[in-house]
Amino acid sequence: MANVCPYGRFTHAIVRGIPESFGQRADGGESVSVDVAKAQRQFGVLTGALRQKVGLQLIEIPADPELPESWRIEDIAVIQGDTALITRPFKQQRRAEADAVRRVMNELNLTVVEMGVEEGGSGGATLEGSDVLFTGREFFVGISKHTNHRGAEVLADTFRDFAVSTVPVCGGCRLKNICSMGGPETIVFSNSEGAKKTQRMMEQLTDHHYDVLSVSEDVASNCVYVRGPAKVDYLLHPTADECPNSITAFQKLPDYTLLPTACSEASKLGGALSSFCLLINRKPNYS
Amino acid sequence: MTTEVGSEPEVKKEPEKSSEEAQAEQQQQLAEQPAEPSESEPSAAAEPQPTPTDSTKPDNTDQQENAEAEPSSPPPSSGQKKEKGISRFLPPWLKRQKSHSQVEPKESSSPTDTPNQTLTEKQEEEEKEEEEAEAAEEQVGKAPEEAEKRQEEAGPKEEGEAVSPVVEQPAETKEVKAEVKEEVKAEEVQAENNSVGSVETQPAKEEKEGTSAEKKGEKGGEEVQESSVLSPLKLGKKMKIVVCHVTLLDGTQFPCEVEKRAKGQYLFFKVCEHLNLLEKDYFGLSFKDNADQRCWLDPTKEIKRQIRNSQWQFAFNVKFYPPDPSQLTEDITRYLLCLQLRQDVSSGRLPCSFVTHALLGSYTLQAELGDYDPEEQRLDSIADFQFAPSQTKELEEKVVELHKSHRGMTPAQADVQFLENAKKLSMYGVDLHHAKDSEGVDIMLGVCANGLLIYKDRLRINRFAWPKILKISYKRSNFYIKIRPGEAEQFESTVGFKLPNHRAAKRVWKVCVEHHTFFRLTNPEQPTKSKFLTLGSKFRYSGRTQAQTRQASTLIDRPAPYFERTSSKRISRSLDGAPVISVSDHGHMLDSARTPGSGENGHDPALELSSDSKSPQVEEEAEPGKGAVAGAVPAELPFETGTDGADSSETKSKLRVQGENIYVRHSNLMLESAEDKLNSEINGQPEVIEVVEETVVIEEVVKAAKPKSSAPEVSVTVASSATEEVPEVKEEEEKSASSDSESEEEAEFHPQSPSDSAHHIQEEPEEEQEQSQKAPPTNAEPQQDAEPETTDKVEAVVNQQKEEDEKTPGEETVVAPEDAPNGHHVQDGEEALTSLGAVAEEEEELEPCVVNGDASHAETERVPQVICCSEPPVVKTEMVTISDTFAAQKTEIATKEVPIVHTETKTITYEAAQLDGTGDGEPGVLMTAQTITSESLCTTTTTHITKTLKGGLSETRIEKRIVITGDSDIDHDQALAQAIKEAKEQHPDMSVTRVVVHKETELAEDDD
Repeated sequence: MANVCPYGRFTHAIVRGIPESFGQRADGGESVSVDVAKAQRQFGVLTGALRQKVGLQLIEIPADPELPESWRIEDIAVIQGDTALITRPFKQQRRAEADAVRRVMNELNLTVVEMGVEEGGSGGATLEGSDVLFTGREFFVGISKHTNHRGAEVLADTFRDFAVSTVPVCGGCRLKNICSMGGPETIVFSNSEGAKKTQRMMEQLTDHHYDVLSVSEDVASNCVYVRGPAKVDYLLHPTADECPNSITAFQKLPDYTLLPTACSEASKLGGALSSFCLLINRKPNYS
Repeated sequence: MTTEVGSEPEVKKEPEKSSEEAQAEQQQQLAEQPAEPSESEPSAAAEPQPTPTDSTKPDNTDQQENAEAEPSSPPPSSGQKKEKGISRFLPPWLKRQKSHSQVEPKESSSPTDTPNQTLTEKQEEEEKEEEEAEAAEEQVGKAPEEAEKRQEEAGPKEEGEAVSPVVEQPAETKEVKAEVKEEVKAEEVQAENNSVGSVETQPAKEEKEGTSAEKKGEKGGEEVQESSVLSPLKLGKKMKIVVCHVTLLDGTQFPCEVEKRAKGQYLFFKVCEHLNLLEKDYFGLSFKDNADQRCWLDPTKEIKRQIRNSQWQFAFNVKFYPPDPSQLTEDITRYLLCLQLRQDVSSGRLPCSFVTHALLGSYTLQAELGDYDPEEQRLDSIADFQFAPSQTKELEEKVVELHKSHRGMTPAQADVQFLENAKKLSMYGVDLHHAKDSEGVDIMLGVCANGLLIYKDRLRINRFAWPKILKISYKRSNFYIKIRPGEAEQFESTVGFKLPNHRAAKRVWKVCVEHHTFFRLTNPEQPTKSKFLTLGSKFRYSGRTQAQTRQASTLIDRPAPYFERTSSKRISRSLDGAPVISVSDHGHMLDSARTPGSGENGHDPALELSSDSKSPQVEEEAEPGKGAVAGAVPAELPFETGTDGADSSETKSKLRVQGENIYVRHSNLMLESAEDKLNSEINGQPEVIEVVEETVVIEEVVKAAKPKSSAPEVSVTVASSATEEVPEVKEEEEKSASSDSESEEEAEFHPQSPSDSAHHIQEEPEEEQEQSQKAPPTNAEPQQDAEPETTDKVEAVVNQQKEEDEKTPGEETVVAPEDAPNGHHVQDGEEALTSLGAVAEEEEELEPCVVNGDASHAETERVPQVICCSEPPVVKTEMVTISDTFAAQKTEIATKEVPIVHTETKTITYEAAQLDGTGDGEPGVLMTAQTITSESLCTTTTTHITKTLKGGLSETRIEKRIVITGDSDIDHDQALAQAIKEAKEQHPDMSVTRVVVHKETELAEDDD
């Protein structure tokens, strides 16, 4: 099928700044005490690494104080090839976050597919990008409190070339909280009970083989893998402070350039490294 | 039958019989030999009438005709008439085989070694049995010379003899008698074994040949005799030619004449030949059934039986999508695969994204049009191509844009690229079936190369790779898979799905079995050592596996064949060129067999042959529907009779039944041999999955379901006959019967580690189903009348079997396969241990996971062995054959199914294997007979007691006819069970050999 290449070949990253309202809940729920300044510093480190170390073109959408959770841009779209599915987050208030993202997608000439246009919101479909794991060969959609079956169906309908499997998310709130891609054929999994359950399900559902990098902390299971233009494998992962027991696991990855990147403040809100960015490959044949 | 009965007993008792037989043999010889009476004896031995060549000689035909025309036509001598009668008694199969034997040599000469071996093995097995029989014959027949002559003659004249069966037919009007006689012979054989010795050997060889010949013949059609024998000679007279229309992948129609009884294989080969396709194992022929569902034409079965009332319209399709098309050897194969995928994509069956549509479309253009040429290719012409289900201008533009980038690519390269992209699509090669899960939620079952996928809407919600699946089964409209326990789990679990109807369930089951075998195994599974292979052949995938076909492909040594790429936009163009092929199926078969290179078989003969060899087996099985239990009996003769002399539909039906039985038996044998041979190979197999087939009466119902009978009451007629017989024999019977019963109800296929696989595979014939399928056409009218007779015959057959078994210990295995299978079951644990128990167990297993309220089957366990269900013409017909031991446990099963089915009328016969033939056909002397009638609240019982003296044994048969009348509130099953129970209690020393249930039920709703 078209535009298929091993996972990790990205050219662009879209991020969105940390608003002053960081820490508040979009739905007005109880806010968590976070250090906004620290969060912004961590965000700066992350974007710097993506741009300067990994070498991606970075598109930063300005922060919007009206949208306290807009920094979780990963939730707002699922992008594969040149198709971007604008998702429908579980929280009504977050759906406004899509506007800016949509604009950027259009600028990048991506084919934008809307999920929320159907009346009643696709029959109540909800989907957040942090519940979607794309492995380069197939999609796994974690059915969580944020993402439902209808949402997954829309995703499957959008990316028809790929198998879309649903898995229960037991451990964390979101699928990406317990696993993420650690290489073209490598998935980083937390070894918590819930994550193992999900892992087993994924192993059953897949037609492909993946290596599993098992880490002992949930937080360590969310990494950002990019294969840079120079064919270098970059892995952004939480720092040793955040996941002291998992660092050795990352170091086992052969010939990787490890980029420890802190995201402790985002973690307090259930976020992770991957929450901050949408990764895009605008050179489909780039390898 | 009546008249002859008298004679038979005589034969048994008196030594004279031998003389009679001898006469009979003489007659047979006469009959067999194409030569007319005048010619027959003198010339017979030397008579080379028939030349080996296929072309038949007019003489033969004439003779045949004569014989046929005048069934009664006289054997030369005055005594002939009697002799005729006697001749009937001669085991039909013996005669037949001999006739076939002539043909045989051809087969043996066939190109591939392996098939031959298998054949020979099978033959050998059969031989043994037959040897004895023949020996008996010869001994009995005081003129062994003649017999020998016959045989000798047979050898030289290949085809001439083929004719012979026809001639025989008239003589053998009555099957029952024939069977009886066989029995007699068997006895004799025992007695005379010693003397037989020298004689046996010769016949054995010939018989071998004969068996193989039979196989061939069977390929042609059910009524092998007709087709095989006659086909070459009398095309016009006996063979009906039908024109099949096959829609090829490029949209053209390929008309092909086939003999009406031709098997799917024949047509498929013809198509492949037309296409010049060698790697044909990935392909198949499909047709739409009455419900407009796509079905695969089983190559091993008659076309006519499969399509039923549908048109002779087929489509050539990819059946197994190779996961890696680049491994295909020939471009033409890839081209055909491309055509199929283009269809799949444009029809939406293979969903893909816009980009992929565009990319695939661009490769299509490159392959069909060559390099992009701005002059020729304008968008409006591109619009003639269908790239996607809903095609937009935007897509077309994208296609053209991409097309430009493919400059310089050859069509073959473009096809490769097309396939490389298509194969990555997640739904590539996934065969989807609608179903519901255990909670009634709509899902899709996707069968693919790697296993079974479960989809809800477009989402994959589960996946069961082949290695995870221990057993595949279906029961009624439910489809089950048993899952190997995971690391954390201790017990295997069974997952059930509800299909729209029984046929759909069977379809999924079949597709699963085929895909598993094709993709997962290195060799087709051979039904285990259990002699039950019946099921296996049918339900098993009989073709090559992917591994085999790849291996075969490496042997392809021909210049890349030229083929014309048809532009997909001008689909309708060529009806002109399609050649009409008219070759009789039989002839074709023979040809292929004889000349290694001929036809499709040409390449990779060994594999080809092997597949072929299997097919015949399958065929045999296919026909046997009912016969499973009795199957062993060589009752084929009846068929002949039916064709010739029998005017009455009844006879025909009877005959048919027997014939089926016979077939079954052969098939078992053959399968066995095949197995043995293959077993060695099996070790290499990754695993064997247990395939369970459940025969359900329901199947037929689906078809026939239209007429709703108004009858609110249900009348159940139970006729149970108890027979006192020799204990030993009974035991044997039980065994065989029980085994059979299992087979009928369920076919199981247990996946095991390679080494184990063979053992574990339990195959149970789906004969029921087949029967049911077949039954509708055949039985439809005469059913009721015919039924009883049929049953009788069956019984007789069974008896024969037993006798034979007894006599030949070695063969017992074949005849009563149950032993082995049971053992396998036991291993599996779930599967039935004893044949009897097996069914019940299975049901139990399944029940927990049963999807929606199914009727409980638990009660099933109390009935007898063979169940033949035939329904009246009006209603849906189902034929179920279940054999179990005396214990009458299964009756209820069938009965219970009824409500589900919404069957209006149903007749079920449970039969236990018996020593002696039952019914009228038996040669015993009638001692006493009395009839007693009693009535109770809702039942009327008529008891008919018959005592006969038969061959020194006195046999008491009690027939009870119980009519249970009442509205639906009455638990008929219970009443039935009660009736049977009572019958057994009243006559503890007797065994229930047959239970015929005729049930008229109000139709509540039609499922299908």
